[in-house]
Amino acid sequence: MQTPRTLFQKIWESHIVAQPSDSPTILYIDLHLVHEVTSPQAFTGLREKGLRVRRPDLTVATMDHSTPTSDLNLPMADQLAERQILQMRKNCQDFGIRLYDLDSHERGIVHVIGPEKGLTQPGMTIVCGDSHTSTHGAFGALAFGIGTSEVEHVLATQCLLQNLPKTFRVNFDGGLPAGITAKDMILALIAQIGIGGGTGHVIEYCGEAVRTLDMEARMTLCNMTIEAGARAGMIAPDETTYEYLSGRPSAPQGRAWDTALEFWRSLPSDSGAEFDQEVSLKVARLEPMITYGTNPGMGIPISQPVPAPHGEKDPSRRAALEKALHYMDLQPGRPLLDHPVDVVFIGSCTNSRISDLRQAASLLRGRKVAPGTRLLVVPGSEPVRLQAEAEGLDRIFREAGGEWRNAGCSMCIAMNGDQLRPGQYAVSTSNRNFEGRQGPGGRTFLASPLTAAASAVHGRVSDPRTLLQPG
Amino acid sequence: MQPFVALTSKMIPLPYQDVDTDQIIPARYLRATDKAGLAEGLFSSWRYLPDGSPNPEFPLNRPEAQGSQILLAGDNFGCGSSREHAPWALLGWGVRAVISTSFADIFRNNALKNGLLPVQVSSEFHSLLFEIAAQVPGALVTVDLPSQTISLPDGRWVNFPIDAFNKTCLINGFHQLGYLLQFQDQIAAYERTH
Repeated sequence: MQTPRTLFQKIWESHIVAQPSDSPTILYIDLHLVHEVTSPQAFTGLREKGLRVRRPDLTVATMDHSTPTSDLNLPMADQLAERQILQMRKNCQDFGIRLYDLDSHERGIVHVIGPEKGLTQPGMTIVCGDSHTSTHGAFGALAFGIGTSEVEHVLATQCLLQNLPKTFRVNFDGGLPAGITAKDMILALIAQIGIGGGTGHVIEYCGEAVRTLDMEARMTLCNMTIEAGARAGMIAPDETTYEYLSGRPSAPQGRAWDTALEFWRSLPSDSGAEFDQEVSLKVARLEPMITYGTNPGMGIPISQPVPAPHGEKDPSRRAALEKALHYMDLQPGRPLLDHPVDVVFIGSCTNSRISDLRQAASLLRGRKVAPGTRLLVVPGSEPVRLQAEAEGLDRIFREAGGEWRNAGCSMCIAMNGDQLRPGQYAVSTSNRNFEGRQGPGGRTFLASPLTAAASAVHGRVSDPRTLLQPG
Repeated sequence: MQPFVALTSKMIPLPYQDVDTDQIIPARYLRATDKAGLAEGLFSSWRYLPDGSPNPEFPLNRPEAQGSQILLAGDNFGCGSSREHAPWALLGWGVRAVISTSFADIFRNNALKNGLLPVQVSSEFHSLLFEIAAQVPGALVTVDLPSQTISLPDGRWVNFPIDAFNKTCLINGFHQLGYLLQFQDQIAAYERTH
């Protein structure tokens, strides 16, 4: 009998092109997603070496990081960003790569449009010069972020040199309470295992709570896997996955669908498959999570006080906590609840899909954003924007006093002019609260779309469960 | 790629844990379309005061840091974003090796492809290096890749790990793409059967 294998092992082994004795494994890549910020130097490398893109048909490009969310017409206010946009356009033309350009109604954040188009499928290897490529693991794909040198490797050879990572199973046991989302699950996990807790590993998310998540929530969970240091996060495909994929433009159709489905059903980890590490979390006990510090592992249940450095025994960790609280200008031992909020950002590859916007709108409907607080809502893709507008969500946000923008990464990475001012506090549905991430001197509290919307209403950090309709 | 064989240098102690790539080089510097000129953005939020002048307290700005090629960093260095601009900026400034107890996976990969050596040491040796750097600013350490050792002037030394492939590439300055391109027949064979 064959040794039981994990989902990860099945995908890894089926993508081995060669296993030389003197180098890492040569792994085939099924889908390469490209954006404007991490690719220009890779294309320059190809030109210098006189190389072609080996599989333009497996390469898809978009513009998302440095693009404006207000006026999409050229010339852009930011000349450097515009040069990058024009360079992306030229690179895609010269090398024959499909590009979702600024004027495309299908353009969006790379990790939103891949799944949306059905490009992301179970069993695939997917890479992108972007750490949040882990998002695509929600479909039972092996998806991870790479640097620009590796972008060049994949463009030229459709392959990567990879050392075998270790495996890590995370069980989310029990059913999710009302008001608790995938964002709270992943922030709770990172708070528990730490931002280096997954280093060298690929995580598979299992358990009842994961099975009940829809695909968009699963993407949120896998998206922030990198914030625990893990290369990739994965969820075994199931009926929820197949239902999401069915009928999407790049998903298999007709008989090809039946063949694909048979293959996909063979992917989940075999019973008895072994993992190098395992942790379990009981979701029934979860509260909405929020971060107080300057990395995504510095998170607490929303009712809890900000931790005190003197309670931390390890001197390096104590120093890190002191440094974080100094940057955030927060008092240890005090709750974050009711802390004033200047900006609420709802968007990013973590939480900008239609279900995220519906959740935020459900709390903002008929309510107003508190005076003095700015609400910025940025859909993850143009299709998400159009869908939200068809449902009237944009009206809910605007009537509440919020700003409704075009698709892009926006204030998650603050490259396009959407940013905090020094000293401002934001509740943000994005993925990183690093110093200055949302603008120099800006201070970020990471939370779910529900917590963000509730905080916008009160102008203070708020528990969304107080606004939920009973039943 | 610039080869890495051995170097003897002062250390720049940066005693912070979990330094993310947004700190190594903030996103506003990522609008570049080439690799040059990124050193200006290295640690820019910490390195410059709000008025743009150098922050004299920041380790990189201290007189003894000038000319140093070794960054002595806290645990889990290079976490966060996949931006290869982080090693480009470090190299641009003159750093050739980073010592830590652990490195984020993508940062390590990116560093190795550019001739920047991640030197992973035990927490004990890591603490010892910080003590030495504090007591004797400008103390020299030697990083030797062929023997995979890092040694102190008093003769104490430890080994550090690196896989044979990356070691060979670094010592010889090989570009890994050149190696991958030798497998075109196998890649084509894989494509025919999948």
